[in-house]
Amino acid sequence: MGVLSLIIKREFIAKVRNKSFIIMTFLSPLLIVGLSFFVGYLASMNKDEVTKIAIHDESGVLKSDFKNTKQTAYVDLSGMPLQLAKDTASKNYEGLIFVPKVADIQELSSKVEYISDESPSMEFIMGMEKVIDTKLTKNNLTTIGFDYDKIEKAKVDSNIHLTKFSGEDTIKGINEMKIIIGGSFGYLIMMFIIIYGNFVMRSVIEEKTSRIIEIIISSVKPYQLMMGKIIGNSLAGILQFAIWAIVGAILLFGVSAFFGIQTGTQASVDPAMMNAVQHELGTTMQSYIKEIFNLPLGTLITCFVIYFIGGYFLYSSFYAAIGAAVDSETDSQQFLLPIIMPLMLGVYIGFFTVVNDPHGTVATVFSMIPLTSPIVMLMRIPFGVPWWQLALSITILFATFLGVVWFASKIYRIGILMYGKKPTWKELYKWLKY
Amino acid sequence: MSNILEVKNVVKQYGDYTALNSVSLQVPKGSIYGLLGPNGAGKTSLIRIINQITMPDSGEIILDGEKLSPHHVQHIGYMPEERGLYKTMKVGEQCLYLAQLKGLSKTEAQKQLKYWFEKFEIEGWWNKKIQELSKGMAQKVQFVVTVLHQPKLLIFDEPFSGFDPVNANLIKDEILELKKKGSTIIFSTHRMESVEELCDDIALIHKSNKLIEGKLEDVKRQYRKNTFQVGIMTNNVEGLMYDLTQKFTVGQTNFKSLNDDLKLEIDLGNSTSNELLSILTSRGQVTHFAENIPSVNDIFIQTVSQK
Repeated sequence: MGVLSLIIKREFIAKVRNKSFIIMTFLSPLLIVGLSFFVGYLASMNKDEVTKIAIHDESGVLKSDFKNTKQTAYVDLSGMPLQLAKDTASKNYEGLIFVPKVADIQELSSKVEYISDESPSMEFIMGMEKVIDTKLTKNNLTTIGFDYDKIEKAKVDSNIHLTKFSGEDTIKGINEMKIIIGGSFGYLIMMFIIIYGNFVMRSVIEEKTSRIIEIIISSVKPYQLMMGKIIGNSLAGILQFAIWAIVGAILLFGVSAFFGIQTGTQASVDPAMMNAVQHELGTTMQSYIKEIFNLPLGTLITCFVIYFIGGYFLYSSFYAAIGAAVDSETDSQQFLLPIIMPLMLGVYIGFFTVVNDPHGTVATVFSMIPLTSPIVMLMRIPFGVPWWQLALSITILFATFLGVVWFASKIYRIGILMYGKKPTWKELYKWLKY
Repeated sequence: MSNILEVKNVVKQYGDYTALNSVSLQVPKGSIYGLLGPNGAGKTSLIRIINQITMPDSGEIILDGEKLSPHHVQHIGYMPEERGLYKTMKVGEQCLYLAQLKGLSKTEAQKQLKYWFEKFEIEGWWNKKIQELSKGMAQKVQFVVTVLHQPKLLIFDEPFSGFDPVNANLIKDEILELKKKGSTIIFSTHRMESVEELCDDIALIHKSNKLIEGKLEDVKRQYRKNTFQVGIMTNNVEGLMYDLTQKFTVGQTNFKSLNDDLKLEIDLGNSTSNELLSILTSRGQVTHFAENIPSVNDIFIQTVSQK
């Protein structure tokens, strides 16, 4: 067995056997599902609580318009004097709506007060305003001789039917969904790069501090050790991702089965039947799921793996060089910032420009720049990217990787034998020339 | 006798600092070769170059008649001064891994490991992690890792540091046995008594230059001062001293003796030891007569402080 494969094997096994790796691999999908259920549960619990609001309506025209809902109950305190109503409300209720006596009902548009020690939510204020708006509008219309109910009936709520030229139905919000899917893949890559890059760095620092490095590089070339480390860790990362994907697929199929829709090949084989079923059931949930299966999932997953490997290789060469240059993780911060910045930039560009214009100049350029392309390109893929752009971007990525690995291995080679002082940027530059 | 290792005019610079200034060495096959020098002299730089950890700026290294190249790593075993093993890796796996990196097949490595583990009576450690072992125990593993692939050339940097006397002796015996089996051993140390005891050849490096190299006896011969230590019992001290100072430079000295004798250090100058002896015997009872042989320690200190 060649030394490189020996190193890869050792790094892979060292990583995979690690307890935290096993826990992270098998627990985090469950944790994510569990967390989302927990958050959902908390949100629903919140909704069950009924907020009690008091009304003191001196005009007497508005109080009947505030109707109790599931979350809000209105209590009429108009019978009491204002001061007593305030005292009662402050003790027993969330707040008090005060409607003064007015000569003209139109004055109410600016004279209603809401008294509460807690600042009310925007939603709640808008709800109250809507009640007043409706009341006053109705009143205005009646004054000038229109029948409000007839006008309401005459209003039209249009709904554009979205289809593709191929005849398939599409649904609203599909762009948002695409960016969510592309975004989560891009985000995943960023997380993987940071997490696994750190693993590489830690493993380099560990070899340096345990001083085994000198023994290893008396047997193999530093370059081989560095590459073995990077590849070994990336294989562990791919394994972890594969396990997540399988668990995720099981969950997704579980969910789609739960919503009673057949997916996968049948969806593309027989769209007509698909549509029929879809209209029958008529739920948006299942059309979303269908859309997910209609995305270029194959391309997306293939590209995810390619960009993950390329991006990860690129960045972990940096991480390996940094690990070699410093003696402990605390010393690494100063060098890590410039690495994390382009990753963050990629995510921001993805979320802010790809959404608006997935094929615009900014998005296209940043999906070519190797430091951001793994993230930005993945976000673009759900919107459909020409193959030549993909090919170009991947080529640039891997070419840059080769260049960076050359630089990184120079720093690595010197750094692993340097102890004591934390190097400066200037010294790192000098090492390149040794 | 042929040389296993020849270092020819090796220069190594780090920026403006010259770590090795055209250093040449010849290490005879089957010898124990002491590489001496104060801290920062360039020993580690040289050892790293021999191990191909770093490359020399100029000069060349010949190992067993061939120009040093990457495949030679399997013929060299290296124990650095700063010992190191993977702390969380199991002893057995670690040894197998390191042996395989040196080019041994897995079965061969297992066979060798079995031999050494039995020899050191450490079979029970196979599944232990290094971090569970004491420092001395880890050192034994480190030694095994160094010699496992039966290298032609072994390089030990301060091999006895960190060992208790019992284990240090064990390692010393192992080194001698490896020599008997035909390995050549370079060892770099500050412990001069172990150099006296073990080394056939020595080289002294100081401030990036090689100052001395050769067979231990030759070097000592070169540094002999032709002085003798003499113990004598006489009634006529003044007469003796008169006779002696006519021909020699005489000084007082001290050494362990059971007699209440006069202890002198005498520089022969151009005379012979027999001339000295005849004066001594004519004047009293000689109780001690020995040439001052320079110790490696003396040579080391003398050379280093001179330059």
